[in-house]
Amino acid sequence: MVRIDGNGDESSLVRVRGLNKTYQRGGEEIHVLQGLNLDVDAGEFVAFMGPSGSGKTTLLNLLGGLDLPSAGSITVAGDEITQMSARKLTAWRARHVGFVFQMYNLIPVLTAYQNVELPLLLTGLSTAERRKHVETALAVVGLADRMHSYPRQLSGGQEQRVGIARAIVADPTFLLCDEPTGDLDRKSADEILDLLARLVREHGKTVLMVTHDPLAADRARVVLHLEKGVLVDAVMAGGAR
Amino acid sequence: MKYRHLIFANLLRKKIRTGLTAGSFAAALFLFGILTVVRGAFHQGVEVAGADRLVVVNKISIIQPLPLSYRDRLLRIPGVTQATFANWFGGVYQDERNFFPQFAIDREGYRQMYPEFVVSDGQWQAFLADREGGMVGEGLAERFKWKLGDRIPIQGTIFPGTWEFNIRGIYRGKRREDDTTQFWFRWDYLDERKAFQKGFVGWYVVRIANPDDGVRVVKAIDEEFANSPWETKTDTEKAFAASWVKQMGNIQFLILTIGGVVFFTLLLVTGNTMAIAVRERVRELAVLKAIGLSDRFVLILVMTETMIVALVGGGIGLALAKLFTLRGDPTRGLLPFFYLPPDAIVLGFVLALAVGLMSGILPAVSAMRLRVVDALRRV
Amino acid sequence: MAIPLTYNLRSLKARWTSTVVAVLGIAGTVGVFVAMLSLARGFKATLVASGSAQNAIVRRAGSTSEMESVVTLDQARVIEDAPGVERGSAGPLVSPEVVVVAPFPLKSTGTDANVQVRGVSPKALSVRNSVRITAGRFFQPGLNELVVGGNVTRSYVGFELGKTVRFGGGSWTVVGVFEAGGSAFDSELWCDAHVLNQVYQRPRNIFQAVTVRLTSPEALTGFKDALTSDPRVTVQVDREVDYYEKQSRQLTTLITVLGAIVAVVMGIGAVFGALNTMYSAVAERSREIATMRALGFGTGSVVMSFVFEALCIAFVGGLLGCVAVLPLNGLTTGAMNWQTFSHLAFAFRVTPSLLGSGLMFALLMGLIGGVPPAIRAARQRVVVALREL
Repeated sequence: MVRIDGNGDESSLVRVRGLNKTYQRGGEEIHVLQGLNLDVDAGEFVAFMGPSGSGKTTLLNLLGGLDLPSAGSITVAGDEITQMSARKLTAWRARHVGFVFQMYNLIPVLTAYQNVELPLLLTGLSTAERRKHVETALAVVGLADRMHSYPRQLSGGQEQRVGIARAIVADPTFLLCDEPTGDLDRKSADEILDLLARLVREHGKTVLMVTHDPLAADRARVVLHLEKGVLVDAVMAGGAR
Repeated sequence: MKYRHLIFANLLRKKIRTGLTAGSFAAALFLFGILTVVRGAFHQGVEVAGADRLVVVNKISIIQPLPLSYRDRLLRIPGVTQATFANWFGGVYQDERNFFPQFAIDREGYRQMYPEFVVSDGQWQAFLADREGGMVGEGLAERFKWKLGDRIPIQGTIFPGTWEFNIRGIYRGKRREDDTTQFWFRWDYLDERKAFQKGFVGWYVVRIANPDDGVRVVKAIDEEFANSPWETKTDTEKAFAASWVKQMGNIQFLILTIGGVVFFTLLLVTGNTMAIAVRERVRELAVLKAIGLSDRFVLILVMTETMIVALVGGGIGLALAKLFTLRGDPTRGLLPFFYLPPDAIVLGFVLALAVGLMSGILPAVSAMRLRVVDALRRV
Repeated sequence: MAIPLTYNLRSLKARWTSTVVAVLGIAGTVGVFVAMLSLARGFKATLVASGSAQNAIVRRAGSTSEMESVVTLDQARVIEDAPGVERGSAGPLVSPEVVVVAPFPLKSTGTDANVQVRGVSPKALSVRNSVRITAGRFFQPGLNELVVGGNVTRSYVGFELGKTVRFGGGSWTVVGVFEAGGSAFDSELWCDAHVLNQVYQRPRNIFQAVTVRLTSPEALTGFKDALTSDPRVTVQVDREVDYYEKQSRQLTTLITVLGAIVAVVMGIGAVFGALNTMYSAVAERSREIATMRALGFGTGSVVMSFVFEALCIAFVGGLLGCVAVLPLNGLTTGAMNWQTFSHLAFAFRVTPSLLGSGLMFALLMGLIGGVPPAIRAARQRVVVALREL
């Protein structure tokens, strides 16, 4: 269930109330988000769309604890992240968020295996335990045979799959994807979207995705538009997809 | 010059990097300045040597004396116009570390022999009139804050006892390089008081009429005193000073080696920095070319930026070196001549520019060769 | 948990030109630093090796060096009888000595340098028992014979065994060569003190200093008190090592001061180079850094990570610098001892502690060059960096 009227209850995984974000740009104040509300239940696949500069990425950054709002609150799985100190937020992020970036953002000098392993280094798992998780994650995204390749040896689609593996390896509370198919050709983009959909359907993951691409948005269950600083137009795709 | 905004904008874009690169130049040129000064200090004797003066010492050993009677015999040698003498005293003032040269001098001839040392007639007369008179260089007076009339006690070492002198005059040097750290007193007073070597002097200095006549007169002097109990070894003042420097070891070699290492390192560091900077600006440089500015323009742009950094950094380094020398000798008496001459400063700038040129050329050429299409495609 | 070290090491390799440049900058600085200090140390060691803790030098009170001192034969006899003097088969081990300088041509430049000539007693070898004859024999008393230090044969023209040498107005024969354990004596010529006095027309039976071998190092106090309170002599007594240590001070100070200036300034230059390299690295890798922070690595980890890289560069540079300078160890060069105006040959002395200092210096430079960029890396706004193209 996804609501944007601010009337959801505590059962929502993600609860956003009255979110404001203002930037200073060369003396001017830009109000990117103005009183945004959002409720997302676990297991949802939500796409955020909107014109350039509408604040989609800003919203994603706030949800992921990478930035702090000017006003308002964000609660994820019962934790109010807007009240956390920077250090606590960092730890929270490691535990709860899986990021997928448009430019993949893989570390070029590390192999696929090592890239995927990175988030696990923040936990107390032993080397053997970590190996299990990494191999599982890479198997899920279908790249078990390329785990020792470097990013430059992989295609764009493969790199993004590694990115997704990295995002899910620590079993985070939700995945935040910023234009995950923005840099890919049509075929690779479809594969990625299939993968994301599968993660939601078969593994019960919660995915929040920002996208330009209407075909990508189509794959989500709910599409929200960001206009004038708030979310509008919740299109329920129903069970048709 | 209408593009100077572009140049400065680029330099100031990454202030820290520009600052650090300029700083590297400053460090290298400061070192260059200091090393030049030290080399100059060692060679000072050679620089200030009189072209028309010869030094006569005992052939056996420099620490052996020569008889006073030699003076008149020297004057009789054709080509010699003046002769004077002095003795090394080597005493201690308060503390062994307060080193400065002390000479017992010939009160009649010394002053004319060294016209580069200037003192007023009045002071000189006062010196002549006082048996215990002392004449000090202004550098020395400055160092210990001595004034006219002060009574200075010096502990003799070669000539034992406490020797006290009254400062009757303060001399200054005509040129920047002249040594004003010397202490003179009267040889006749020394001869009177000393217990041994009476009637003997340390060495002679003669002036010859014609500097080109030097070789002949040197031979003539040594022949005059050959086969006597005190044989002489004569040399031009310059050669005498130069052999002293040679003995001081391979200072030159040491300096050149250090200088070499420093500049090579500087070259590497700045070259690499320039290369990195160009790599980062590939996009903008490509855009400049796309707009229509020529390849050569881009080359000159990058080179100009490099040279400016080199000049500014080098200038700061040289200025700091000059300031450092104004503080005087940091080794307390070992390097009385601690000065950075103008031609060394010019050389420093030339070197800075040369390094700037060499380190900037490769990145500049790669910038020039950049193909717009490739650059704009690169992400 | 920390950012894996593999990441840092591989990143250094990926930007290898910048890494190499920074390493060379540090290596050069450390090399020069260690070289200059080992020069000073070598000079000092040579002079200090010349002294034995069990020997004392007796000079006229107030003289600052041997050359300026005067000791008569009678005084020498008083000194012989003082308490604490070691006695050998030939009598008390004292050597009244005279030191002069004489010019000889250097092999390296062909020009003259002053060599120290020491007139000694025939008992000199017993008094200075670190000196050994390595070729030929010791001189016979009363004859114009020379034993020369190893460095003299090596550095000057015409001092081979059996050769005749002219100086001081007399002819001398080289009858032996000695080695003195890397001390100043290696650069000296020794002969009979009486003969030297004669040839140089110095007054008979006047010496400059008396070197005495004591029964033990502790015997110095008793020996010194006895002589300084004796009205027949006005002398100053120094332990031989202390005397030579003071002699070396001037030149050692010069080399050390100069060396320090050079090293500091070069160090600043090297640090600037390292800073530039690290700042560029941070800029180039800002997206990677932001990604890791997004994943949950804290600012502390990021800082440690970059400081580690800088220290790696510094350590390798320091090692390289030390290794480059190591061959200098034992290399002889020459300089003038300003106290005696004589030419002294000495060797570079690269000690383990000096190498250690060099490495520490390198690490210090690495720290200074690594911390500011590391802090900048940690302070970047993650959000901004993630989007940077």
